[in-house]
Amino acid sequence: MLTYVLRTLLRMAITLFLIVSLVFFATRLSGNPVDFVLGEGITKEDRDLLIAYYGLDSSIGTQYWRYLSSVFSGEFGLSFLERRPVSEIVLERAWPSLKLLLSAVCFTLIVSIPLGILAAIYRTSIIGSVVMVVAFLGYAVPSFIIGILLVLIFAYTLNWLPVIGDGTALHFIMPTLAISGMLVAAITRFTRNAMLDVLSQDYMRTARAKGLPEWIVILKHGLRNASITLLSVVGLQIASLAAAGSVVVESIFAWPGIGDLLVRSAILRDYPVLQFGVLSVAVAVIVINAAVDIAYAFADPRIRLAKG
Amino acid sequence: MTDATHNLSSPHNTGLRSFRIPIWSDANWIVRIALLIGLILILTALTAPWLAPFDPNAQSLISRLRPPIGFDRYKDGFYFGTDELGRDIFSRCIYGLRLTFALALAGAVIGLLIGGTLGLMAGIIGGLFEEIVMGLVDAQIAIPFTLIALLILAIMGSSLDVMILVLGVYGWEQYTRIVRGEVKKLIQMPFVEAARAAGATPVRIAMRHILPNVVSPIVVQFTLNFSNIVILESTLSFLGLGVQPPTATLGSMVGIGRDYLPTAPWIVLAPAMVILLLTFAVQILGDWLRDKADVRLRSR
Repeated sequence: MLTYVLRTLLRMAITLFLIVSLVFFATRLSGNPVDFVLGEGITKEDRDLLIAYYGLDSSIGTQYWRYLSSVFSGEFGLSFLERRPVSEIVLERAWPSLKLLLSAVCFTLIVSIPLGILAAIYRTSIIGSVVMVVAFLGYAVPSFIIGILLVLIFAYTLNWLPVIGDGTALHFIMPTLAISGMLVAAITRFTRNAMLDVLSQDYMRTARAKGLPEWIVILKHGLRNASITLLSVVGLQIASLAAAGSVVVESIFAWPGIGDLLVRSAILRDYPVLQFGVLSVAVAVIVINAAVDIAYAFADPRIRLAKG
Repeated sequence: MTDATHNLSSPHNTGLRSFRIPIWSDANWIVRIALLIGLILILTALTAPWLAPFDPNAQSLISRLRPPIGFDRYKDGFYFGTDELGRDIFSRCIYGLRLTFALALAGAVIGLLIGGTLGLMAGIIGGLFEEIVMGLVDAQIAIPFTLIALLILAIMGSSLDVMILVLGVYGWEQYTRIVRGEVKKLIQMPFVEAARAAGATPVRIAMRHILPNVVSPIVVQFTLNFSNIVILESTLSFLGLGVQPPTATLGSMVGIGRDYLPTAPWIVLAPAMVILLLTFAVQILGDWLRDKADVRLRSR
């Protein structure tokens, strides 16, 4: 078990190191950072002075080393536009993002687990087919199209819901739906497959044979066994799909979260903010993935024995 | 001697033969509709210059924000209406579709080449090289691609070349994983051993004996990937990070049109519907191909 946990943590560390390095080299590849900061009309001497001041004339290896040590000591620089520490800017955006994410995840689980169970039980009838077709096509709908259509229908036509910001509970409805679209499609499919694996097991027949009501058989004997597989998949999928979805959706609804910040700083070329934003989201996703992996191994002895 | 080589090399064809390109007759009605839509979209994209009634970038401020056919104030000839600069939305949709298609195709092919080559090499060479490649694959799977795309586009600027690069990087890890897995399986097969015994070089074994056998999983993955690339391209263009105006892609039409959503929803609805048609058709076809090829891919 310990080896398994250590191996997962090691893999996480390698991934983190890769993304930190990728961010550095991507920024350096594009040319001298000084040129982004400075306006037009600076003299050659002043430019050289600044390059020397920021240490950009030293070798790429030295710069990389300096960058790594500043990252690990928690210094990420100042925003070009706002002139305050990027960690401050990103941190104050974290909570709104988290709220939206939680709301989307709750909604997804509430909708897709029952749907997946239904689709597994009635897989030969029309109910199962309809659920699967919807889940299947839902996966092909980009979240920005869901978002735009929701705005068109519920805000501009019916005038029911507010579009911009995160002020009230009503503000959560449309962004939650837009982020959840793809998640619901994915998780419904996984739930169905996990349930199908379980439904054909012998212990299900035994449970029925001893006269338990069908819903207890399905929920207690079926869902509980399917949930181990399901939880690991849900954890892995939700982290990355939600990170991708929230970038677009937050930007549509001007949600004061990290996704909106990332898009804005990408367009305005506020590199320090973008760097730190990308790093923190990537770290969050990687840490969640590792946590899910380890939790999964704890829940299922077969995994930790096989891999550890 | 010729007989011997013939016998040695014949088994590698079975993989190809068992995966025949499925045809119209063994498709159900949903797949047939998807096939038809796909064909129509491809033809539309190919014949855009002849099909489009107007120059997609020609502005006419007198006839701006006109609604589509069948509505009040409809202007003759502008079937889908006009946008905020009086450009014909129908023509822009056609050209946008063409560009989206071209970008997605280029991206998917590049991803296939990068990922496939790495997977093939990792599977054949093995050892440390394989460890490194698979480590990179794990890392790529863990990091949401949208973040990488944002980073690249912000740093290198938004142009057609950069966009192709971004879309090309997307999905390489899927190909690497699949191809490496298949290669690992194939490399233990008797016919590969026989080829090696007959003195074939590693390159020859890779190209002649292994590659043909991984074609079917690659075709399936390519189709599934294509739909995701279309979504990625539209999303980035929607955010204003893709191909820059005035050039139309479907995503950027939705992105720019959203400012006019309350008064002129058709600017957004027309390209949005085209995107949906495209992704639906590709997704259905990809899933069908997967069933046909019976490849045990993880359903994502």
